[in-house]
Amino acid sequence: MSTDTFTLAELMISAAARAFANDGEVMANGIGTLPRIAAGLAKLTLNEKLMLSDGEAYALETPLPLNVALEDRPGASGWMPYHRVFESLWSGRRHAMVTPVQIDRFAQSNISCLGDFNAPKVQLLGVRGFPGNSISHRNSMLVTSHDRRTFVPGEVDVVSSAGYSDRLVPEGAKRPEVDIALVVTPLCVMDFKGPDNAAQVLSLHPGVSFEEVADATGFELLRAPGMAVTAVPIDEELQIIRQLDPDNLRARAIKGDPPGVRQEAA
Amino acid sequence: MNKETSLADAVAELRDGMVIGIGGWGARRKPMALVRQILRSDLKDLTLVGFGGPEVGMLCAAGKVRKLIYGFVSLDHIPLEPYFRKAREAAAVEINEYDEGMFLIGLRAAAERVPFAPTRIGIGTDVLTYNPHLKMVNSPYGDGEALVAVPAIRTDVSLVHVSRADRFGNVQTDGPDPYFDNLIARAADKVIASTESLCDRMDVSHPDTVKSSLFDRTMVQAVVNAPLGAHPTTAHDAYGWDMAHLKAYGATAREDDGWARYMQDFVADSEAAYLDNVGGADAVARLPIPQF
Repeated sequence: MSTDTFTLAELMISAAARAFANDGEVMANGIGTLPRIAAGLAKLTLNEKLMLSDGEAYALETPLPLNVALEDRPGASGWMPYHRVFESLWSGRRHAMVTPVQIDRFAQSNISCLGDFNAPKVQLLGVRGFPGNSISHRNSMLVTSHDRRTFVPGEVDVVSSAGYSDRLVPEGAKRPEVDIALVVTPLCVMDFKGPDNAAQVLSLHPGVSFEEVADATGFELLRAPGMAVTAVPIDEELQIIRQLDPDNLRARAIKGDPPGVRQEAA
Repeated sequence: MNKETSLADAVAELRDGMVIGIGGWGARRKPMALVRQILRSDLKDLTLVGFGGPEVGMLCAAGKVRKLIYGFVSLDHIPLEPYFRKAREAAAVEINEYDEGMFLIGLRAAAERVPFAPTRIGIGTDVLTYNPHLKMVNSPYGDGEALVAVPAIRTDVSLVHVSRADRFGNVQTDGPDPYFDNLIARAADKVIASTESLCDRMDVSHPDTVKSSLFDRTMVQAVVNAPLGAHPTTAHDAYGWDMAHLKAYGATAREDDGWARYMQDFVADSEAAYLDNVGGADAVARLPIPQF
């Protein structure tokens, strides 16, 4: 396969789909363009037991393409209004892939606001469902920039999802059972399964060095045993990605829509 | 019995300092005609409770809000509500920012008329840090695990927009998702329902769709006939949200006198004027239902 046949966004979708491979029967919620395509790709290639949702109020067995015409929408297999999403997530039978604004070395993340909570420099969304999600079921993250503003030194400004830390666990409470599957970035695939839940790089995207990733990360990163190069998407995956996103919305996800394999500097 | 009330009379029942629950979700099925009537009033020092959308930004912009209790505030395709953002960044309002599920648990406790409900949600996060009123409670069973005690989120009045209502206060709500209107209603002392259409008797006119009733009429104090009264938010299955209008509204947040201009250019002095100002009733009724 030539190096210009897939984009970085497509490489990330393919890598992100693998987060759902060993989930068994859960609801896969990819929130945002790339995670949603990834969940659909996982359902079609890696884990047929996944239950999908349309992002509004229905459960699906067939992934819903982005921008699909009303008459081409797959039928719903179940009803999944928001109240049932909460019931589902409390049961633990869900895997959400989300895009936080900040992530720290404890896998804590932030979507609430930047700066001082009581007078924010930048107000974001609020914590939304992150606190409950983070202690109830498996979660993955996909971010569209990899730098020290995203992977912050110290801790995130407002801890919206719980991580591998006891600092915010009150006395007598159980430490939450946090389960982060994968973190997919424009540079690499990571997890937090190193010693003492340390962040570690599982694979580097083609042409990316570990040093570059470490420099762009505000906390210490380990090389996972067997750290590899991220597997490039095969033709079948690329075809499915195109079917799930016929208008190429994925091209807008990463600044400049770079190719999946780094081009040598001119 | 006839609970039909004019928009003006319904809002005249509200008082400064009240806790007001608002149904809907983000830019979906918000009782905007009632909200606009509050904007036209002298009401102030309100506490708002809801899964927030444009009503939060507008009421903050108008200086009517003392406190917000919310799971999020968003305009859906415009993720960050511009005036909410402005109010937060100016530290202009007191807030209780909860996890969405925790917020629903607090509403449910209010609906059940108990003082709190236990949950693990919030543990391990700054939700506990920035809601210092939250207390822990030890399970009286088993190992005595410490849990977060979410206080009941009671409201004095809740405002909900529905598809159909009758003069008894029976309501029906169309659309794929009831959101949490049932809990917003049950958490209240009383409910004001604005409606797309009003009939004399639901049992005569719409007996085949009673399952779309989200709460019963004993909660409902007043029914306001407000066709297109959710604009610029979605009212399934009648019309979709008006993203162009929401963008124009949002853009005014960047202007010095933007809010005053929005009030003058759009909200004006009546709903009839408002509908004219946003392009007319026919155009609103044709707004497509958003697809996901």
